[in-house]
Amino acid sequence: MSILSIRDLSLSIHGTPILKSVSLEIAPGEVCGIIGESGSGKSMTAFSVLQLLPEGATCTGRVALQGQDMITASEAQLCEMRGNAVGMVFQEPMTALNPVQTIGQQVAETILVHEPVSKAEAYARAAEALAKCELPQDRFPLSRYPHELSGGQRQRVVIAMAIALQPKLLIADEPTTALDVTTQAEILGLLRQLVKDDDMAMMFITHDLAVVTDLADQIAIMKQGEIVEQCAAENLQREMKHPYTKALFAASTHQPARVDPATDTTILRVQDVTRTYDLPRRSMFGPRPSFAAVDQVSFEIKRGECLGLVGESGCGKSTLTRAILGLDPVQAGQITLDGDDVHTSAEAQRKMQVVFQDPYGSFNPRHKVSRLVGEPFYRLGRSATPSEIDQALTSVGLRPEDKHKYIHEFSGGQRQRIAIARALIIRPELIILDEAVSALDVSVRAQILDLLSDLSTEFGLTYLLITHDLSVVRSIADRILVMRAGKIVESGDTEQVFRAPKIPYTSQLIAAAPMLRPAGPSI
Amino acid sequence: MLLYATKRLGSLIISLVVASLVIFACIEIVPGDPAAFMLGINAQPDTIAALREELGLNQTLSQRYLGWVGGMLTGDLGTSYTYRSPVNEIVADRLVVSLPLALYALSLTVLIAFPVGILAAARRGSATDVTVMGATQLGVAVPNFWFAMLMVLVFAINLRWFSAGGFPGWEDGFFAAMKALTLPAISLALPQASILARVMRSSLLDTLSEDYIRTARAKGLKGHQVMWNHALRNAMIPVLTIIGLQFSFLLAGAIIIENVFFLPGLGRLVFQAITQRDLIVVESVVMLLVFAVIIVNFLVDLAYAWVDPRLRTRG
Amino acid sequence: MREASFLSAALRTRSLVIGVSLTFVFALGALVSLIWTPYDITVLDIASKMQTPSAQHVFGTDHFGRDILSMIMIGAQTSISVAIIAVGIGMVLGVPLGLAAAARKGGLLDEIIMRGNDLVFAFPSLLIAIMITAIFGPSAVNAIIAIGIFNIPVFARLSRGAALPLWTRDFVMSARVSGKTAWRISAEHILPNITNLLIVQGTIQFSLGILAEAGLSYVGLGVQPPTPSWGRMLAESQTLISIAPHLALVPGFAILLTVLGLNLAGDGLRDLLDPRLRRAGR
Repeated sequence: MSILSIRDLSLSIHGTPILKSVSLEIAPGEVCGIIGESGSGKSMTAFSVLQLLPEGATCTGRVALQGQDMITASEAQLCEMRGNAVGMVFQEPMTALNPVQTIGQQVAETILVHEPVSKAEAYARAAEALAKCELPQDRFPLSRYPHELSGGQRQRVVIAMAIALQPKLLIADEPTTALDVTTQAEILGLLRQLVKDDDMAMMFITHDLAVVTDLADQIAIMKQGEIVEQCAAENLQREMKHPYTKALFAASTHQPARVDPATDTTILRVQDVTRTYDLPRRSMFGPRPSFAAVDQVSFEIKRGECLGLVGESGCGKSTLTRAILGLDPVQAGQITLDGDDVHTSAEAQRKMQVVFQDPYGSFNPRHKVSRLVGEPFYRLGRSATPSEIDQALTSVGLRPEDKHKYIHEFSGGQRQRIAIARALIIRPELIILDEAVSALDVSVRAQILDLLSDLSTEFGLTYLLITHDLSVVRSIADRILVMRAGKIVESGDTEQVFRAPKIPYTSQLIAAAPMLRPAGPSI
Repeated sequence: MLLYATKRLGSLIISLVVASLVIFACIEIVPGDPAAFMLGINAQPDTIAALREELGLNQTLSQRYLGWVGGMLTGDLGTSYTYRSPVNEIVADRLVVSLPLALYALSLTVLIAFPVGILAAARRGSATDVTVMGATQLGVAVPNFWFAMLMVLVFAINLRWFSAGGFPGWEDGFFAAMKALTLPAISLALPQASILARVMRSSLLDTLSEDYIRTARAKGLKGHQVMWNHALRNAMIPVLTIIGLQFSFLLAGAIIIENVFFLPGLGRLVFQAITQRDLIVVESVVMLLVFAVIIVNFLVDLAYAWVDPRLRTRG
Repeated sequence: MREASFLSAALRTRSLVIGVSLTFVFALGALVSLIWTPYDITVLDIASKMQTPSAQHVFGTDHFGRDILSMIMIGAQTSISVAIIAVGIGMVLGVPLGLAAAARKGGLLDEIIMRGNDLVFAFPSLLIAIMITAIFGPSAVNAIIAIGIFNIPVFARLSRGAALPLWTRDFVMSARVSGKTAWRISAEHILPNITNLLIVQGTIQFSLGILAEAGLSYVGLGVQPPTPSWGRMLAESQTLISIAPHLALVPGFAILLTVLGLNLAGDGLRDLLDPRLRRAGR
């Protein structure tokens, strides 16, 4: 008998259909991966199981958890099941914990609301659950508050809360998306271990095919509220039939065509750059501590090259980006573009543009596209002519008519094209891509990478690609730098670094990054 | 925690020093000679000279400021010109009316606002919520002195439950005194309670939409457990800010309300002092009220740290 | 199309419709009183004093026999102009201060502006008014200054708070990459994105201004005779409240309804301009 049986589940929110006749079975101890891009309804499927749905949602069909239909269950019955029969892990560990309660209180609460045990016993069992999630009491006592823990540690607390009562089913909704690759690998390892030890079933929701292929027994692929493909994980690549699945696979392993146009002339030179920040005082009269976000970093970019700068969050890559753009001062060292200092020379600043990560936050929502795209002309002391705007939009695959629209009328991928158009319009020589494709769904990401590759050939552009995502650098960068704790710890040609990393940290990063293993001889 | 408290204490002292400088400067910019100003146009030159001597106006500016601040620190607020008695005695007489009134009103505000705000948030969108929010909308808009006049009309003149004004003093017993302060306290509290209830409700609704509330529900907590164990304490942060601000509104409001009910408090004292041009009393009472507001805001800052553990370590 | 849908959404926001209608009635009364009032309020008619509402005098007459409706209309003019100027002072000085503090966050300017704000917050507006009147004597101008000073930190804090998250947004970074100065970015990118908030806060401060003016005039620190003011009408009615309650009721309801109208309009505007809040159902 299955632990979870979903039959013909349909869901609409305020009349808008979100899920259409979803059916799914999960057997005891089985791991089911649900994969889909944003808006595919994968998270809503998970929330339907616990009936934690947003206001205005209506469900039809049957969601049976251990034989109990959750859709028709009363609120009291639901409360009885939640946390006890089924645990849930969420995407955002930074906000999933109550900031004003200790981790002990929050884990013990799961036990206290379901079992008539004493406080002391609940806390003892909470400590056990935390230890099981690799948060041992000697280093992470129950009295810690969430803000004293890192993102990965907080996610472990959330997992401890979910498994404290050893539920038969664990639902994990993108549990590693907000984490760095090495932390992601650790959390995935932990989940795998827990599932095996307690013989739990798990519903694992993700947008990243590579994350689940090793973990899941069964895979379901969702698109626009429907399950379009469902089969055993090991057979997926061989047996996939739906064009969407094939496209998803192709996009995940996509490699843009790229000729290596790198030359020998140096365009950007970063020399011994150090940027420190003052930290708040720890004791009342102690000296003010400081922190070197970027510590004596030196590197060069050749004209026409695409250089990837890889590092996990907090390694200093964003600080370095701002320093290169001349936005923040540096305490030591020099950054020059074609020999001009980026902090003083307007000429150097004119030759650089930037594309940011968030396609939603990169634009002033109150301006039309023509004004947004033309903004860099401020530097040249004039405004863009209509033909220049049309040309910029055309070169990124948009239509000239689009300039009359506002930014909210575009999709995420189109917005990123507009961001690239804005970067291109004054014909810069260097474009800094600050996590420029990280927020995009895989299929859109593949298109943007192709576009960037074409543009670099067409306009002779040099790219500095800053990212945490190794699969992106591997597909497009000619050379990579690995940054850690403010320092460049490894550099070399992309293939060479991936094949034979020089330091253990790089090998760890590569090993931690989920990669799709080609099923056939090669792809 | 100690670092946080010390920092707050530091900014408290700076605020007090700057406030005293501002108040001192205001009195200094009185057009012409303060002594002549206080005595009016018909004063004799020798009376003015005597008052100048008494006020220490022949000293330098910094001597006078330091003298004033030093006096306040030792509890000496100078001598009122019109009452011919030490200002601290006059103020103390009035404080036993004004301070209990402000605290009475603040307690009423909190006691009304909390249950109402929580009820409205818990039953969002229900008839209760709509009714309560409509009532608070009216409460926010009503001028408190007019509301006070209406209460006098209904409860004192028509029903004769309360007296229309005046204060019997604490010697006549605690309950008689509290009874005399009841109508003033209600008229001060109702508009403020309406504001606070609205803040409480919207802060709770904000908190209830946070991710950790969903986490708590996924653990199997029932609606009221989510509200008490998780939402309430987090929702207190903006509510505390408003309570701090409201204390200063209550103090200011009390100045007007004391006039409606003929209560012998600080408010009436200030108005009498203004008409009699007794700048020393004005200066001292204003400083005292500002001092009270700054102290309350310091306490609110400490309460933040009690509610929010993140502040304790950040400093 | 865009404008039409905005209008229909506005009409569906009930509190906005009620609020704007109430505000409109009083604004109209104030405007009409500039050229015409039912009776001349400078003429005293002791013979017909303290009449209850009738066909001749819709709201009755006061203790000098003046028509209360005419007094209310001119009083609206006083209230509205005092409040508008006070809000204007707060916005014109407060918003640039707040924007400047946000642009130089953590800098000396930010520190000075925010500490200065804290200080003004420590003086309730009534205390400021008391100090000003103690020194310069009571007048309408001094009342406006007292209320206006208190509005400065309100707008400074609001604009700083709203501007800070905008400064970390990528579109501001792009503008900086284009070489725009902090002032230009504040004017071009920050200010337009906080106008909604400023409008909503403006209506709220406007209503608080009307309440404050009424309070100051009630205790004699605001508008001076013979200019009619709702607050002073209440003060004069106080001793007569048991014989002629309408003297106190009419100006009181005038204040209540105007403030209620402005608050409802503010709430409605906020719901209309910020879909996120509308969804949260506040």
